[in-house]
This record gives sequence, C-alpha cells and structure tokens, in this order.
Amino acid sequence: MSEQSAPGADGSGRPSGRLLEVDDLRVEFRTRDGVAKVINGVTYHVDAGETLAVLGESGSGKSVTAQTIMGILDTPPGFVTGGQVRFHGKDMLTMSPEQRRRIRGEGIAMIFQDSLSALNPVFTVGFQIAEQFRVRRGMSRSDAKKRAIEMLDQVKIPNAKGRFSNYPHQFSGGMRQRAMIAMSLALDPEVLIADEPTTALDVTVQAQIMDLLGELQRERQMGMILITHDLGVVADVADRIAVMYAGRIVEEADVYDLYRKPAHPYTLGLLNSIPRMDEKGQELRTIKGLPPNLMNIPPGCAFNPRCPMAQPVCREKVPPLLQLGNGRASACHFAEELVNRD
Amino acid sequence: MTENIIEVRDLVKHYPVTRGVVFKKTIGQVKAVDGVSFELKAGETLGVVGESGCGKSTLARVLMNLEKPTGGQVLYKGQDISKLSGGALRRLRRQIQLVMQDPYTSLNPRMTVGDLIGEPFEIHPEVAPRGSRRSKVKELLDLVGLNPEHINRYPHQFSGGQRQRIGIARALALRPEVIVCDEPVSALDVSIQAQVMNLLEKLQAEFGLSYVFIAHDLSVVRHLSDRVAVMYLGKMVEIGTEDEIYERPTHPYTQALLSAVPVPDPTVRQSKAIIRLQGDVPSPVSPPSGCRFRTRCWKAQDICAQEVPLLQIRPGSDHPSACHFAEKREIVVTHEVA
Repeated sequence: MSEQSAPGADGSGRPSGRLLEVDDLRVEFRTRDGVAKVINGVTYHVDAGETLAVLGESGSGKSVTAQTIMGILDTPPGFVTGGQVRFHGKDMLTMSPEQRRRIRGEGIAMIFQDSLSALNPVFTVGFQIAEQFRVRRGMSRSDAKKRAIEMLDQVKIPNAKGRFSNYPHQFSGGMRQRAMIAMSLALDPEVLIADEPTTALDVTVQAQIMDLLGELQRERQMGMILITHDLGVVADVADRIAVMYAGRIVEEADVYDLYRKPAHPYTLGLLNSIPRMDEKGQELRTIKGLPPNLMNIPPGCAFNPRCPMAQPVCREKVPPLLQLGNGRASACHFAEELVNRD
Repeated sequence: MTENIIEVRDLVKHYPVTRGVVFKKTIGQVKAVDGVSFELKAGETLGVVGESGCGKSTLARVLMNLEKPTGGQVLYKGQDISKLSGGALRRLRRQIQLVMQDPYTSLNPRMTVGDLIGEPFEIHPEVAPRGSRRSKVKELLDLVGLNPEHINRYPHQFSGGQRQRIGIARALALRPEVIVCDEPVSALDVSIQAQVMNLLEKLQAEFGLSYVFIAHDLSVVRHLSDRVAVMYLGKMVEIGTEDEIYERPTHPYTQALLSAVPVPDPTVRQSKAIIRLQGDVPSPVSPPSGCRFRTRCWKAQDICAQEVPLLQIRPGSDHPSACHFAEKREIVVTHEVA
C-alpha cells in the first residue's frame, strides 16, 4: 500500500528535487490504555514559495505530523514506526541529533497556536530572539540585539526598540504571535510550519497576522505548511490543500479544485457543515457521528461509519490515495464518481 | 413575538482594579460593560458578537444574575432581577439558564451524567418529583441526541460535542424560557459544531425558547440569530436584524469585523476588500474618550474624541448605530454558487 500511495517519491531516498517531503510516515502513541495509531501513512510535500494547507479536525494527526517533521515529538509515548521525512532529499529521521538541530531554525522553523505557552515567560521577548543570533551565528550581544530589533521591526511591532526588553505577558495576543513569527524567521528558514497560528486570535487580528505571514513568505520565497481546521483561512491563503482524517491524507488538491468539487465525502461533508456568513441557511448538513477512536480505527476506510456513500467494499478495503490527475488525489473508492458528478 | 421577555436598560458593570494586599486601594475600574440597552422578545434569538474583551461574557453573567450590575437594570418580564431574593429569585433562576463555552471544565468530572442533568431538580423539586427524575433525565438525554443508556457514565467518557449536548440537556432540564449561550460551539470541530447548532435550532422550535447567543464567530451568529448586536469595548455599537447588520452595516467597526471574516471560497480572494484595522483593542481600564473605536477608525474626526456617539437610528439607515458618521457600505462578499 505504501508504494502506490506515495506520489513523487520512489522509495529509494534519491533526491527528487523537493524541498520538504513527508513519505508514508507512521507514528503511534504507546499509552497505558493501548496503542493509538495516530499517523497511518501520511505523504505530502511542500516546495519553495508554496503554501500547503493541512486541514483536519482535532485528532486527525495534523499537528503530530508537524512535530515529527520538527523532531519535537514526545518520545515516549510517540514513536515513529515507518516512513521518511526528507529535507532536500535527505531523510531527517535517520540523522544524528546534531544534524537535526542544525536544520531546525535554519532549514525548518515552526510557529505555534498558543503564543503564551510557546514563549518563555522568564526571559524578555528580545532576549529570546537575540539568543538565536548569539548561539547559532556567534554574534556579539550588541549585534544580536540589533538584529533582534530589526526582526521585531520586520513583523511590524511598533516601537521595536522599546519592546525588545518587554516580557511575553506584556504583549497582547496578536503582538505575541508577531514576536513568535519574528523568532521563527530569525535564521531565515526555507520552510515555515505554522500550526494553527491564528486560532486563538480575534478575526481582525487574524487578518493582520495572515497578511503578515503571506507578505514575509513572498519576500523570502519560503515554503509554508499551514496547519488549520478553519476552512475560511485556508481558502484565503493556500495553494494546495491536504485533508487529513484519522491519521491519513484523504484528499489532496489545488485550493480551487477542492472547494469547487471535493473528491472525498469527508471533504464534502466539511464544506457542507460550515455556516456561511452570506447565506442564512435552514438546517446545516452535518457529518453524522464522531471521529474514530485512534486505538480502534474501523476496518477498511476509517470514514466509512460516518460516510453517506459507504458500500460494503468500504468496510473491507482501505482505499489507497490515488492520483486523479491535475495534482489531485483522493483516498475514496468512489472518488471518480464524486469528481464526475454534476 | 412582540412580548419582551428580557429588557436591559443602561446596564453598567465595572470591576475594581486594586493594588496592595492588606490595605487594598482601588486604583481604577475595568469598564467591562458600560451602558448597554436592548430587549429580547419571546421566541427570538439575539446574537451578540464582538472580539475578546468587549464585555459579551460579562453581559451573560449579569443576565444570569451571577453578578450584580454597577448601574442600570435587567428586567425579566418587567421585574428587576437584581432586586429579587428568596423564592422569587429561585423562580427566576428556573426561567433563565446558561450553556457555557468549555464542555471540559463546565461539567463536574466526579458526577455521572445522570447526576449532572438531574441536579437542577434537587433545587427545583416542583419540576420533577423524586421518583420520576431518572426517567426525566433519560428523556432529556434522548432529546439532545445522546443514548439514554449512558446515564451512569462520567463526562470523560464523552467527546467534546457530546459533552456540550450534556450541558444543553442540563440547561433544558427546568424547561426555561430563556437560554443564554456563551460561545457554545467555539470549542468544537466544524463537523460537530454543525450538529450542535442544528440541535439548538430544533430545541428552540420545539420549546419556543428565546436565546441570547454570544459568540465571536460571525457566520455562526448569522446562521442562528434573528437580531444581532455588535459590541466593542463595553459598548453596543450597532444593533439590528440579522439582515440589517450583515447586509447593510453602518458602523465602521461592524464593517471591519465583517470584512475580516475569511470566506470559505477561494474564488473571492481577489474581489474581497478587507478593511484592515490597525493595532489592538484599547484597555477597558482607560477606554478612549468619546467614541471608543476612534483610535482604530479610519473615519475619526475631532468630534469623535469629544462626543460619545449615541446608539440611535440615523438618516439613511434603518437601524440603530453608534457612529457620528454612520453610513451604509457593501461588505459581505457572496461566494459563487458552483
């Protein structure tokens, strides 16, 4: 199954010219209550200057994939049981901790949802940014400070010089998120992973932060992986979308294709269940039931108990993520029918 | 539809800011709600939107009589709720119930679902005599779409969406007339959120409930509300029917808020004109003079710093707006129908 579900990868570990590729990644959490299969063969890639949105609900494995890429997966309980994460064609999962550390920050950086707990409360914001220049670039204290102030300025924090010596709690939520962006971009990473960067923010601030991220990405030609559950934000900024469900990619498509004609019933269900501001609808069309327990994923397609299109085959065979052309892929036995319907 | 169930008049709620441990000194006031008036009619849903810190949750707490107002009144069918006590207060509490945001912390983890939903009957035994309680609770579980067999389970055995259903069942137990929903779906995933919203609509139709629906998600509010009130920094800046607010907003803040909502349709990316607000919401301890929105408003003039704009109907508009320069503006981008 792994071979056919891995687009763009030949399994030999040969460089494929991709910036960052996740290839048939498998992660499980070993807990007292049993083994939860959190990632069950995830494959995606991101190139320079491109925004890949990873869309999914809680427990779909979108954040765990990101943590595995960054090498910050909590082990135990989390264990990688298969697959590769290749950066410039080299598998990071087999690298030494020292090699991985060098990639972190300079190669791949990450920003988190909760900026208050991601920043260290006992150091000033400026210190935490400047630290990277001292440790990684060997700069002097004063040079590092100068660079840190430049970074704060770049993320449009007013009065950057004065703000340098503030502590995280003295910043508002939006400002803290800006500071975290400054911190993650300090070493000029090639890939930025943004894990729900605006979920905790108000809409007007969310718009500011998404603008800023887009602007910085264009300037630096970064690849960006945007992890989110918000179908609105995705429609605004993504180039491509990978939809995750129960630890697998169930659909991958260009953003326009995905919203126009989803090729997986789960994606269709998600799109139907968002209340739209421009129409006061009657009843929302919901997805029935609940996401599966990851310790006990249903046989066959994990979505089958909730799927309105489910047939006997869905309970027996796991549908592979098949290419449909045009960069589209769907892991549904009836993907063709979905795409070809009017 | 004409009868006012709840009337709020010039409601003010300030919290003191103190300094010192032994000799507490009040050094300021957090003006959480500062002069808010509206009414809630029988059977309608009033949506209250605004960003964090605008006072919407404080409003909920005062409506529930969990906090005494600093000024102004909340009238339930003409009675001032802060003046009630004893039996009258208990009778009032039966009629107004609350559904809270966080389904994880609002349910006691040591109580079974049966005890959680049945607890209101302990205080109001007239609703359900002792012998009939378990069957009542089972009825309620069934009503909110949970399996009545699960009556002996504990909250941790349920998912977030199911817990929110438990919270709703508990609020419904006493057959109230009004339910105040404080961000009831914001902690839930999209697919689950839709299920809970449908449930709230179904229950309203079935029992003729009135909702005060507080949320920061404008699409959710539009979907459920008949009328919508927009709050900013303790003030109500605009109020009107769902259509008036979303199609013909006249307050600059409402316009900015609506324009910033991401539309789940990539084809409107280019055509969308987003009004970018600068900066953050000012502190409610020392709000700006005059109009509180003026520090972030692109229309601000001298008069905005001097005079507090009243929430009133202005020429060229059909609903009240608290802006000296209120005017219509096309905001909502309709997505293309595929």
